[in-house]
Amino acid sequence: MSIEVRNITHIYNKGLPQESVALKDVSFTVEDGEFLGIIGHTGSGKSTLLQHLDGLLKPDEGQILIGDVDITAPKVSLLAVRRQIGLVFQYPEYQLFDETVAADVAFGPRNLGLGQEEIDERVRESLSMVGLDYEKIKDKSPFDFSGGQKRRIAMAGVLAMRPRVLILDEPTAGLDPRAHRDVLNMIRAYHKSQADSIIILVSHNMNDIAEYADRVLVMDKGQVRMHGTPKEVFARSAELREIGLDIPDLADLAEKLLARGLHVPKDAFTIPEMAQAIAMQLRGGKTDPAAEGGEDA
Amino acid sequence: MIRDITLGQYYPGDSILHRLDPRIKILATLAYIILLFIVNEWIGFAACFVFLAVEVALSKVPLSYILRGLKVIFLVILFTFVLNLFMYDGEVLVRIWKLTITDQGLKRALFMAGRLILLIISSSILTFTTTPIQLTNGLERLMKPLSKIGVPSHEIAMMMSIALRFIPTLLDETDKIMKAQQARGADFESGNILHRAKQMIPILVPLFISAFRIAQDMALAMEARCYHGGQGRTSMTEMRFRRRDYITAVILLLFAAGIITLRVLI
Repeated sequence: MSIEVRNITHIYNKGLPQESVALKDVSFTVEDGEFLGIIGHTGSGKSTLLQHLDGLLKPDEGQILIGDVDITAPKVSLLAVRRQIGLVFQYPEYQLFDETVAADVAFGPRNLGLGQEEIDERVRESLSMVGLDYEKIKDKSPFDFSGGQKRRIAMAGVLAMRPRVLILDEPTAGLDPRAHRDVLNMIRAYHKSQADSIIILVSHNMNDIAEYADRVLVMDKGQVRMHGTPKEVFARSAELREIGLDIPDLADLAEKLLARGLHVPKDAFTIPEMAQAIAMQLRGGKTDPAAEGGEDA
Repeated sequence: MIRDITLGQYYPGDSILHRLDPRIKILATLAYIILLFIVNEWIGFAACFVFLAVEVALSKVPLSYILRGLKVIFLVILFTFVLNLFMYDGEVLVRIWKLTITDQGLKRALFMAGRLILLIISSSILTFTTTPIQLTNGLERLMKPLSKIGVPSHEIAMMMSIALRFIPTLLDETDKIMKAQQARGADFESGNILHRAKQMIPILVPLFISAFRIAQDMALAMEARCYHGGQGRTSMTEMRFRRRDYITAVILLLFAAGIITLRVLI
């Protein structure tokens, strides 16, 4: 199941003095099983785009096809859309409401009309997926937990709907480094556990995008500025900086080392990879077979 | 959807009404509302209507924007109209079962509904053309003499400005929470009343929690900036009456005098 966004335009407060164009002629496709990263500075239209993908907002122009269903059609069943798509908003912990953790996580599956047994099974599974102990916490109030734990509970609430497409809007905002890592690894684990599932991740952290995403979409002023693999996108560092973004730390390091004449690859997005390349260079040997990206510098 | 509520919001602009001193606008609105209830004949009503129409034109706020605010309280107006319709004795016009509509009833009903509509439009004009800050500053200054007899005028004004300031914030918050719950499959639009009321819980609980959190943060931020009440507090922009404010006051007095004369004469 792929996602196809065709020329969507969205205007807020149409006809009022506060009118603003949030999305302008946006088109792209996401393939089956893809992990798409979306970057763009604040106000570039990322959140508006995500809400369109879940049918929460309707575009003023254009279509969005999920599989072969046009979710922008007037009479489409949005419940059917939400069976396929899970959207984790920014700071999802602020949507917790029920008396117990188990009841809160069960909210989504119950709305999908599943049977009690299936719901219990899913609640148990999703809580363990986010690294929480079901037996220990199921009857506690979700408000008795720390911020990071609340976020996990809220994410479990979306995972319990078993979406084929999981969309996350800055899921790591405000988390400490360890929780940050945990959340990203959870997302990766979910991606691997569900065959052909699509992940769409919005983040301001270029390192995460470089490490996790298969493809990257760059938004600027409501338009798609770039769309490609992390390697392709992060090679255009000057352009990215111009629109208020940055490149991953390792790409930045590579750029600086290359400027000083050390031949390291520009697209080593993990620390071990980069460390090895630098070590090879320092040990001598002008050219390095493992570091092809550095040749042309 | 929730952003469609225009009642009580500020409409950015630079009309003559936007530039008037907030104190004169508050007093004028109060006076206009009182006059609306003094009026009891068609001609006076027509005068009030024309006065407001001129005000609306001067404010340069689009009529459709103003009327959208009325939608929210349409039911209240309808209820008042129907209630008044059957309440008065007089020459019977229509008889439905045991209820009768009389000429007096019809007149009163039309007057009451008309009053409500004019009242709401006139007070919306005040909020459309005055920023919340100006509004509360104006109120504070107007209430200042009352602080001598123990009315906490500064505190009241501060509470009002905080309340007004957070209306859009809470609307945004509600919108966000609704969308988040909709993304989890919640359905707020179908089902019977009981079902719909139940569906409000996933919105209301997070909304209240957010409100308390915001209030706590706000109180802390105010204390961190040494807020200690109204004593000795100065204002960056001092309000001063200008020529246009005096002219407005004169026009308003003439209008009030006219309406009162009408009432006494007829």
